[in-house]
Amino acid sequence: MNLRNTLSFERKYTGAHIGIAMFALFLGTLYGPLQALEHAGINLYFLAPWTKSYYHGLTLHGVLNALIFTTFFISGFLTYVVSYSLKRPIAFRWVANLGLILMVVGFVTAAIPLLLNMATVLYTFYPPMKAHSAFYIGVTVLVVGSWVVGLSIFLTLAAWYKDNPGERAPLAAFMSAITFAMWQICTIGAAVELLALLIPWSLGFIDGIDPQFARTLFWYTGHPLVYFWLLPAYMSWYVMVPKLAGGKLFSDPMARLSFLLFLIFSTPTGFHHQFTDPGIAAGWKLIHSVLTFSVFFPSLLTMFNMWASLNIAGKMRDGTGYVAWIAKLPWGKPELTAQLLAAILFLFGGIGGIINASYNINLVIHNTAWVSGHFHTTVGSAVALTFIGTLYWLLPHLTGKGLFSKKAALAQVWTWFVGMIIFSRGMHLLGLLGAPRRTQMGVAIKSEIFFNPDWNVPMIWVGVGGTILLISYILIYVNVVGTLVAGRKLSDEEIPDVPLADAVSRPEQGPMILSRWKPWLATATGLIILSYGPMIIQSIYNYQATSPGFQPW
Amino acid sequence: MTTPHEMHPDEWIDPYEKIMMVLGVLMLTGMMGTLLVAAFAFGIQVPSPEKQVNPNTISEQGPFSEPGLRDLGGGKYEAYIIGQIWSWNPREIRVPAGSTVTFFITSKDVQHGFLLWHKNLNAQIVPGQVSKYTITFDEPGEYPYLCHEYCGIGHHTMSGVVIVE
Ligand code: HEM
Ligand SMILES: [Cu+2]
Ligand SMILES: [Cu+2]
Repeated sequence: MNLRNTLSFERKYTGAHIGIAMFALFLGTLYGPLQALEHAGINLYFLAPWTKSYYHGLTLHGVLNALIFTTFFISGFLTYVVSYSLKRPIAFRWVANLGLILMVVGFVTAAIPLLLNMATVLYTFYPPMKAHSAFYIGVTVLVVGSWVVGLSIFLTLAAWYKDNPGERAPLAAFMSAITFAMWQICTIGAAVELLALLIPWSLGFIDGIDPQFARTLFWYTGHPLVYFWLLPAYMSWYVMVPKLAGGKLFSDPMARLSFLLFLIFSTPTGFHHQFTDPGIAAGWKLIHSVLTFSVFFPSLLTMFNMWASLNIAGKMRDGTGYVAWIAKLPWGKPELTAQLLAAILFLFGGIGGIINASYNINLVIHNTAWVSGHFHTTVGSAVALTFIGTLYWLLPHLTGKGLFSKKAALAQVWTWFVGMIIFSRGMHLLGLLGAPRRTQMGVAIKSEIFFNPDWNVPMIWVGVGGTILLISYILIYVNVVGTLVAGRKLSDEEIPDVPLADAVSRPEQGPMILSRWKPWLATATGLIILSYGPMIIQSIYNYQATSPGFQPW
Repeated sequence: MTTPHEMHPDEWIDPYEKIMMVLGVLMLTGMMGTLLVAAFAFGIQVPSPEKQVNPNTISEQGPFSEPGLRDLGGGKYEAYIIGQIWSWNPREIRVPAGSTVTFFITSKDVQHGFLLWHKNLNAQIVPGQVSKYTITFDEPGEYPYLCHEYCGIGHHTMSGVVIVE
């Protein structure tokens, strides 16, 4: 009996996660083009009449896209990949179900104040801006739910280890578990911020809060959060893209090495979001800057391995030369093309990321529109477009229904690519010209001091890019809804399999340490203690609970 | 077709990949090096803790009770600036060309952001903390400053200007 049929619970479970994720993206991403066009001077907010202000919409955009869509998609996708690559069902269904239920309860609890404009604090919820307590409680329950999903993944993997003593876990399962291990380590910061500071404060148990310390706790989680988004995309680029391209993964041991390096280097880097914060000593910022440069290294490994794997696929399809083989890749498959274009956009994201992480150079771009330009090539493309590409095989796989329109999917993928290049180029440029981020630009420029005539042209880039992205966004849902409602029922042979590539360099060729857990977890913990410990102790010592809450929206 | 990797099956790191790794490390070290030169040879630094204040009382006591410019003589100035929902106090600062101004900025309510155009002054303004930056203005002209951290629905109206005469 084929594996897919034995995993019918897992398919439903993952389907539920993905369904919620796509619902969140539907509402969240609607605001993207609205914001972009607002910057270009065109107000389309009548399309979302429940939106009370630009910032209400921006909060929904950030929370629904960056927190809800990602967390649900990743939880569902990785749970399935683990079961499929280990060829075994979820170890404890009740644990998995508990995780999902907590996540849904958390999402709904947070969504109510969000929609009612009672939590218009943006997705970073910096105090002393104070949201309704239901928002903080909801976010906390959502995170706890994702921990339980992670636990369910660990339990499934542990059951596999028990049946296969001394063996190396298949790459896809190994990477998924690393992603969740990193997530469990790094969410401690936000959990402490929410449980010890924000929730008691919003419920009125404590009067004041220390905003600087809250920021430090937030960014302890905030940077690895971006790796929580990115690693599942990398997993797909390593394990699935080579298969979709008709080739093999170049090196399995090197893929493992890169993920283990992400595990240890993702977290001790948070101060690179706080270079301009007044309350942290420059020396600590420099240390985190160096550590951030270290975390680029596994991304360079990823780039090499991915290029080499695609090269194998290209040559197997009679491609030649140093670059000409690229044309031979099966670009007609939207599920592949989406991920290739996502990876190309990520090159820009990575280069921009080095600039952001560059200590004093950060003074040029911190909190300008540049930053928004940057993360739309990373989470908004490398991650989101990879996930949408994944959907193009996963949806038929889960539902047994054929993709509604391959042409629409290809058009979607290319319009996202082109739209994002134009949009993001405009935002980067605006930032360099001194335009702030998180700002209702269309109104701001009406004040005389605020306006810089050089902004006119990049504003048009932003508007044009946003319009193209609006088309792309609609095309996503044409296919999602079309497939569910009118997708052709596939026969068993037609249903796409989960694309898991073999590797040229086999896992056994690498040293055993690349498949162990303890040394890497210990190193990760040690680095965090060294890079954060003294600063946290000092912050507690200097803690001043002076800030009351404000609701200036 | 064989890859270099298949020609050396006993090595787990491909020879090409080794080259790439060395180049990658060199590139990252080189970039970090230039940053260190900029930081220590040219003194382009990010801020460090200046001091803690109580955001609820800054308007009554201490230097922020009278926001604005202080002339220290010899072309040196201090500017005390408060961010509040949704304006900077003061909104305008006038200094002669060639002045060196040390900015002390804080907030009396939520977080704000202070971005001074054409200069390396980019500060997260956190209530309870003071941000300190020293800037020299050689060229006459207008240097607008904006708020770049979301501080409520009037955030986009929060700006001011340094006028160098
Ligand atoms: C249709 C495509 C999209 C467009 C045109 C778009 C446009 C924008 C614009 C103009 C802003 C900046 C607003 C400001 O700083 O005032 C923004 C912010 C943001 N976007 Fe998007 N976006 C899109 C899709 C996405 C996706 C798919 C994600 C993530 C999965 C995403 C995540 C974010 C985040 C996290 C912010 C920052 C919110 C904040 O500063 O609090 N966006 N978007
Ligand atoms: Cu970061
Ligand atoms: Cu503001």
